[in-house]
Order: sequence, then C-alpha cells, then structure tokens
Amino acid sequence: MRIAVENLACRRSGRLVFEGLSFALDEGQALVVTGRNGAGKSSLLGILAGQLRPDAGTVRADGIGERPLAEALHLVGHRDALKGALTAAENLAFARDLLGEEAATPGEALEAVGLAHAARLPVAYLSAGQRRRVALARLFVARRPLWLLDEPTAALDAAAQETLAGLMRTHLAGGGLIVAATHAALPIAGARELRIERTPHKGEGK
Amino acid sequence: MTRAFLALVARDLRLAARVGGSGALGLVFFLMIVTIVPFALGPDLNLLARIGPAVLWLSAVLATLIGLDRLFQADEEDGSLDLLRQSPLPLELVVLAKAVAHWLTTGLPLALASPLFGLLVALTPPGMAAMVATLLVGTPALTFIGATGAALTSGIRRGGLILAILVVPLMVPTLIFGVSAANAALGGTVPFATPFLILAALSLAAAVIGTAGAAAALRWGE
Repeated sequence: MRIAVENLACRRSGRLVFEGLSFALDEGQALVVTGRNGAGKSSLLGILAGQLRPDAGTVRADGIGERPLAEALHLVGHRDALKGALTAAENLAFARDLLGEEAATPGEALEAVGLAHAARLPVAYLSAGQRRRVALARLFVARRPLWLLDEPTAALDAAAQETLAGLMRTHLAGGGLIVAATHAALPIAGARELRIERTPHKGEGK
Repeated sequence: MTRAFLALVARDLRLAARVGGSGALGLVFFLMIVTIVPFALGPDLNLLARIGPAVLWLSAVLATLIGLDRLFQADEEDGSLDLLRQSPLPLELVVLAKAVAHWLTTGLPLALASPLFGLLVALTPPGMAAMVATLLVGTPALTFIGATGAALTSGIRRGGLILAILVVPLMVPTLIFGVSAANAALGGTVPFATPFLILAALSLAAAVIGTAGAAAALRWGE
C-alpha cells in the first residue's frame, strides 16, 4: 500500500496546530515524526487513523482495496485500549476477533514482546512498561500494513526497546509502513524524519 | 463480522462479571428500591398489590440507569473506542453489541428476578407472570433509549446526571405501557394484548432508532 498526505492542516478547539504538511510513504518505509510537546504529533496520527477530521488537505491511501484506511492500520497510542479486569491473553484474543485478518495467536504475540509469562495475569496488575508491551503485542494478532505508533518506546526498558526495533524492522522488510511519533531516536535504518513546527500565533515571536 | 460482534458481546459480559463490573449492581439496586417501598407505605397488602407493578417498573427504570453512563464512557477513556473504530464492524453494530450485553446483564436479570421481588409487594402469581412478560419485552426499550443518551454523554465527565435528565423523559412511554400491560393482566377493562403489543412495538422501534442514534452520536463526537 501507499499513503500520500497533501497540505494537511489541523485545528483543535479553534487553534491552528499545524498546516501545510505533506509527505508520502511507500511499502517498507518508515516515517519518524518529531516536534515539541503540543506540536501536533498525536493529532497527525489521529487524523491518519480517521479519529480527527483535518481542517484542510487530504489523506489518500492506495492498494488497500475497498476498505477505509482505518481498517488497514494499527494505532498504539497513549491510551492503550486495554481492559484492566481482563488478562493479557483475553485482551489480545478480543482484539484478534474484533480486527479480523488474524495473524499470530495471543500466546505467540506475547512471546514476541517477551511477555509470555504474563499471559494469564489481569492487565491491571502489570507495570506501565508491561502494559505498553501488551498493547504493542496487538500489532501481531491482526495483519495490518500500516502501524501508527505514538511514543512507542515510552516506559520500555532498553531490552524491550531493542526487541521493538527488531519487530519494526521485520514489519518493514515484509512491506509494511510505520509512522511513529517520538522524542527518542528510533533505531531504524533509512527512516525519514518529519519535523512539525508549531504554527506561530499573532503576538508570538518566531 | 459476526465473529467481531460476538467477541464484543462476550467481552462486555466478561467485564460485567469481573470485579468492579456492573453485573450484579442493577439487581441489588432493584431489590433495594422494592424493599424500601413497603416500609414507606405501611402494611396495607391491598394497596401494595395494586401499586406493585408500578413499583417494580419504576425500580426497573432506575436500575437500568445504573451503569448506563459507563456504557461508552469507559471505552472512550481507555482508548477502546478507537480500537472499535479500526474494526470492520460498523459503529451501529458496535452499539448493538454493547446494548445486547447491557440488556443481558441488566434487563434480563431484572425480569427473571421480578417474581421473587414481587413477593415483597404482595403480587399474585398471575401478577408475577405479567411482570416477567412485560419486563422481558419492555426493558430492551429502556436499554436502547439509554444507549443513545450514553453515547451523547460519553465525552462528559460526571455525565451520569445529564444522562438521566436526557433519557428518563424518553422512557416515560415504555413505563406507561409496561405498567398498564401488567395491570391489564390482573383484571380491568383493557385486554392484556393491547398495551403489551404497544410495549413490544416500543422496544422494536427503540432498537432501531437507539442503535442508529447512538452510532451517530459517537461519530459526531469523534
């Protein structure tokens, strides 16, 4: 698949967050979105995921057939969409049934992020880093070409960050696309960088 | 798509059954109101038997409101709603699945427990049968009307009271025909079928309008 973003602008509660954003992404490519706090990184991912409406501009996706872009992507954001009362395996089994196009089983997905031992624990008992890894394990239970990752390395220890980098490289090698918003450098060779600058307002110095 | 639908119903049922879920809460609340009424009215069995169906129906309306405010809010807060939007399941079916799970954990237990609670308001056996029948047929309307309100208030903190103000007036027709059907079964000039069929019609209409309305509210709130 291929996504092309043209002249995108985003407005939140009347305030212009960014404008004139354009990029295109082909199979096997990764884009790292950087910028200050509040620059609109998460908003950009929200627009790509179809949760926010852009103020102007277009997002075009080719090569995914009839389905809308929202059904061809995974979003792992700040809110991890995990239910604390359910076990890690139950959360993943639900995501697998819900999203369709099953890939790995919940057990295999947890294995991939190094959490096989926690499969039967309620997610509420897990640490922040472990929760994040369960949310990342969702990437593997359903096959979707585009990964939108919001601060994927937040709360992860060095070993887990290494594992994640390996999994991202595998996804790219298999023809996947990644858009990641991050402050930390991602160890992906050939990743392009898109820096979002906050649109200056009247009365503010540049 | 069926699989995603069933997975969502199963997840909500499981969440209701776990610690902190709203599984038994509605039933306990129902029991509480039904128990407190005879204390307030005194031991006049004839009076209790006459207003029994009304008391049970009122309790059912209030018990349905318990937990309704969390129907979509919980999913909105933890990001699950974003996950649901990435699924091939249309939002209408997402709403339907959640409403079905809500009814199975609220309306259905209320209907099945009503004969037992009917003892507290001196209902006769035919009255108990009428209560089960009217609650079984009428509580889906309460759930679907409530789902629309829950979708509208999902983004509001402490939206519970606003939700009640929004949906209670809309539940009035269901309440009127539910009580009149139960009373008709106990005697009177109106045949049982007339209000009962209107009650069934209200549930069917609410299922369609409530599902579409809640899905529209969720889309609008994106």
